[in-house]
Amino acid sequence: MRLTLNIWRQANADVQGAMHRYELDGVSEDMSFLEMLDVLNEQLNAKGEEPIAFDSDCREGICGMCGLMINGMAHGPEVTTTCQLHMRSFNDGDEITIEPWRAEAFPVVKDLCVDRGALDRMIQSGGYISANTGSAPEANSVPAARDKAMRAFNVATCIGCGACVAACPNGSASLFVGAKITHLGELPQGQPERDSRVVGMVAQHDHEGFGGCTNIGECTAACPKEIPMDVISQLNKDLRTALKNGH
Amino acid sequence: MASSDKDLSGLHPTNEPSVQKSDDAHGYYVPGDKIVDPVAPTGPIKDRWTQRKFDNRLVNPANRRKLSVIIVGTGLAGGAAAATLGEAGYQVKSFCYQDSPRRAHSIAAQGGINAAKNYKEDGDSIGRLFYDTVKGGDYRSRESNVYRLAEVSANIIDQCVAQGVPFARDYAGLLDNRSFGGVQVSRTFYARGQTGQQLLIGAYQAMERQVAAGTVEQFTRHEMLELIVADGKARGIVARDLVTGEIETHLADAVVLASGGYGNVFFLSTNAMGSNVTATWRAHRKGAYMANPCYTQIHPTCIPVSGDHQSKLTLMSESLRNDGRIWVPKKKEDCDKDPREIPEEDRDYYLERIYPSFGNLVPRDIASRQAKNMCDEGRGVGPKVGDFRRGVYLDFSDAIARLGEDGIREKYDNLFDMYERITGENPYEVPMRIYPAVHYVMGGLWVDYHLQSNIPGLFVAGEANFSDHGANRLGASALMQGLADGYFVLPNTIRDYLADAPFDKLDESHPAVAEARADVEGRVQKLVSINGTRSADSYHKELGNIMWEYCGMERTEEGLRKAIDMIRELKADFWSNLKVLGTADSLNQSLEKAGRVADFIELGELMCIDALNRRESCGGHFRAESQTEDGEALRHDDEFAYVAAWEWGGENGQPVLHKEDLIYTAIEMKQRSYK
Repeated sequence: MRLTLNIWRQANADVQGAMHRYELDGVSEDMSFLEMLDVLNEQLNAKGEEPIAFDSDCREGICGMCGLMINGMAHGPEVTTTCQLHMRSFNDGDEITIEPWRAEAFPVVKDLCVDRGALDRMIQSGGYISANTGSAPEANSVPAARDKAMRAFNVATCIGCGACVAACPNGSASLFVGAKITHLGELPQGQPERDSRVVGMVAQHDHEGFGGCTNIGECTAACPKEIPMDVISQLNKDLRTALKNGH
Repeated sequence: MASSDKDLSGLHPTNEPSVQKSDDAHGYYVPGDKIVDPVAPTGPIKDRWTQRKFDNRLVNPANRRKLSVIIVGTGLAGGAAAATLGEAGYQVKSFCYQDSPRRAHSIAAQGGINAAKNYKEDGDSIGRLFYDTVKGGDYRSRESNVYRLAEVSANIIDQCVAQGVPFARDYAGLLDNRSFGGVQVSRTFYARGQTGQQLLIGAYQAMERQVAAGTVEQFTRHEMLELIVADGKARGIVARDLVTGEIETHLADAVVLASGGYGNVFFLSTNAMGSNVTATWRAHRKGAYMANPCYTQIHPTCIPVSGDHQSKLTLMSESLRNDGRIWVPKKKEDCDKDPREIPEEDRDYYLERIYPSFGNLVPRDIASRQAKNMCDEGRGVGPKVGDFRRGVYLDFSDAIARLGEDGIREKYDNLFDMYERITGENPYEVPMRIYPAVHYVMGGLWVDYHLQSNIPGLFVAGEANFSDHGANRLGASALMQGLADGYFVLPNTIRDYLADAPFDKLDESHPAVAEARADVEGRVQKLVSINGTRSADSYHKELGNIMWEYCGMERTEEGLRKAIDMIRELKADFWSNLKVLGTADSLNQSLEKAGRVADFIELGELMCIDALNRRESCGGHFRAESQTEDGEALRHDDEFAYVAAWEWGGENGQPVLHKEDLIYTAIEMKQRSYK
């Protein structure tokens, strides 16, 4: 198939970027979206034009490194990561707009690459259970109720791609924070730090410049791992409890 | 390396050192001195690690704050080591090329992690896990290391649960297990099909906690491009900030490489796009031995290549072989037909035919090789890539008839969805197509029992080292080894080295530091200024084709010689005709790729030389010249029961082969059979 691509180019964080138009022919429907960009980049290289920078690593939907706004949708039209989106979701003659994640807290590094260091810093602010190596008790000494463990797992599948932030009109990372709060809060091992965790992560969230949640729901619709909105309710509930407890 | 005067009393070797009679690689290498592990433990195997932890010297907490360690890589081994050394109070600097430590490719592991917990009371034990792993490795691993791995496996599960890793649980809330290939007990802990992700997130969070505590400093989007060896010791790295292009020098008291495997030398593999050999190859060029580089694991159940645009391959869990039947058409002319229209009598269920007792469940290496054989005969299926169709059917129609579509959906739903997303075909209706793909490398930098390379102060952990899996790795063992090294082994061995502190003062004016930095700057400038006509990717693809064809599932003397010539030509062309656009002082992904491909090319040549020298078939290494009458792998313990540790021979020199004999005292060597 033949495509027209409108792609954001920006040399670095300090300069203004702009959309550029490219024509690409001979795209196979079996290509992944990123393989389509690989083909474009090979052609640009051959023509003497610098290839387009974009992030990807595992290309099997689990590392969370890739992420593009495709026609205004985070990761494109399917519920999956950009690397698992295939060209059979598009038609011959389509015009496709490709942009980086847009959010106050995710500055553009170059072209389609952004800096998501804010997500790491939120984890540093409490998104863990303190258990020094060697200090752990026998694993089966603390049973964990199966339904709670399953809920913990379901939200722990978050890949930290940032699609929720990019999709949110407020640029909020509430789904990301809620997923971590819920993952660790559903397990018995996560209880001692439950209050300090939510307070610490929310404070960092606001400090980074992420917006507040107004229950729009774009985050969960864009999430490639289908993290449900109820983690944000959980986040609010845990925060309320922590504040009541004097944090 | 000097031989040690270790005490062998109390050990009764079950085998003699091997004596190599064949010399296929004559003219390609220089024979070197034999080596031994200078810190190999002695005494009864079950006491060795406990005794060693006691014997290793301590560093008191006040002194730890003055000592620094660089860790390259943030996967299970590197992330766990950074967290643990940070908790102990050392100053840790952690490097990764991705934008966050959580992206490391350990995250993609699906199946599970082995541990000798014996929660099922089904006869499992440390000894059993040890035995299975040595046998699975086809008797080419070091027994003391493997025993230690089995021993600490149970601690790993405790540690991960304490961190909040959401393993699968039963209705009583206790941990669940499943069984995995090659063993008869149920010892695999899992988190649905995302075990690697959950374990890595656990290690990542532990590491981020130390970042907050100030013991770990994290350098993302940084790539190590050189090892600094000053006065005989590893003392730092030269890294490039991938965003600004700045070349940076980082000094420390010790360096840990936990940079993963080099499967991407084949271009197409199940590795991440950025997975590379540069960190370990740079260390190799600085003197670190590369051990058994030819040992590659090729996984039989991956989604086949769909065209020349293919950038990577995706694994489908091995568990599918429990219910799927593998076949190809008997007649070549049926290969482009709809498989549902090919009658039963025209199908060749070749694994069931050749291996009646194991059938579709033969080990990975055998299933892979037979799939290649069928396709080489012209009976492959799916789209043609080049001259051949590269795929075989994995057919669930019998299982669907037996269990119903819902029964299959319950077991394999996410895998079937993933298959459909990638291929556009519904595997409930049409048989899946699968083909083998490079998945893991057992080879890596040579290390002693302390995970220290032959360069003092340089430690190597996880897939980047060579020691625990021999010539073949069992399923659910990679996660176990990465975390064992990072959480429990390395922190207990590196302290014995660091106890020698204080080390000599070192600053950027030291000639070794200045030289390493100048080398990197020169090399980066060279890569951007060749100004030829071909992209780094095009060289990478060509190298991958050579490696896959001649150093892949089946290797021959003739093919390997040809491959070495081709790689040498490719290398010359690369350095004269490469085209890298953009500048060196900004984010430049073409430049990053070019540097990695340059190192892959040199590694590829060494892999072929190693494969050429090893005229036997063992584990993932199959030499056509060494097979039984009915085409099965034939090991030669009398000649090759050794680790091949290669020393860099200089820019235009030949590599030097050092052999380390593999002497077994706790286990007897046997030949595998699956008929």
